[in-house]
Amino acid sequence: MPNNKIAVIGDKDSVLAFRALGVDVFDARTDEEAEDRLKKLAREYSVIFITEDIAERISDIVARYKTRPYPAVIPVPSAKGSTGYGMRGLSKDVEKAIGSDILFGDK
Amino acid sequence: MARLNVNPTRMELRTLKNRLKTAVRGHKLLKDKADETVRQFMNYIRLNKQLREEIEGEVTDALRSFLMASAVNSPETIEEAVAMPARSVRLKSDVKNIMSVSVPSIEIEEGDATELYPYSFASVSSELDSSIAKLSELLVKLVRLAEVEKTCNMLADEIEKNRRRVNALEYVMIPDHEETIKYITMKLDENERANTIRLMKVKSMLAK
Repeated sequence: MPNNKIAVIGDKDSVLAFRALGVDVFDARTDEEAEDRLKKLAREYSVIFITEDIAERISDIVARYKTRPYPAVIPVPSAKGSTGYGMRGLSKDVEKAIGSDILFGDK
Repeated sequence: MARLNVNPTRMELRTLKNRLKTAVRGHKLLKDKADETVRQFMNYIRLNKQLREEIEGEVTDALRSFLMASAVNSPETIEEAVAMPARSVRLKSDVKNIMSVSVPSIEIEEGDATELYPYSFASVSSELDSSIAKLSELLVKLVRLAEVEKTCNMLADEIEKNRRRVNALEYVMIPDHEETIKYITMKLDENERANTIRLMKVKSMLAK
């Protein structure tokens, strides 16, 4: 069962600010590091925020946690701004559920 | 459609008929479930989209001002300033049931409200203050986003699975059973007729 804590994985510039809030912060320099970190954290934390650019690169690992209630692995934008990965994830969900993208079709 | 591999007997016919009845009822139930799940999903995904749009802008803003702060102060100062957080975040995580899908329900547990800033104001610039104030406000929203987005993920998954089930019943299971039942009925009727004819034949042979 999750331990009711929040973790943040990302590059150092983006995640350091979260540390002041009392969130557990882990910086990952390489993708392998991020993967290992995520696999380890997934056993303990209930919410894991991961910066979009990293989440995009290790998306196959992130996808593994999609069907379980915990942990919730959520991509958030980094200091460089949003890459649109999170939004793409949403439209993928819509496509999966409804068959066609009716929510984001206007763009 | 393929016929099931069964013996054309009355007993088989009865079990098949029962199974077909169950399949039809299950199909109807699953179809209703699909409708309702999609409705719920639409609500959640709209909320999700709205939250994400808000958050993407705000998080980037907050992190930018943090970057500004780290540009003004030396990296050591910044790291030192945030190294020992004054408070810790606890969540209240539970599992909720939406259309028999277990989805998380996460809430931030309000801890004892201590000082937000874990450093002295003299040591760092004001950009850091505003960045951290913004982020701490955002955290509630982020947790809400986590809950909603996870729910959407799981509902989407469930909808897909459910659709497979409905389709399997509608296009394979039910037609197969109907065809097999028809086959058995025909076969039994045929046997019946053969029997009658045989009796008539025997009777006419005896009469000669």
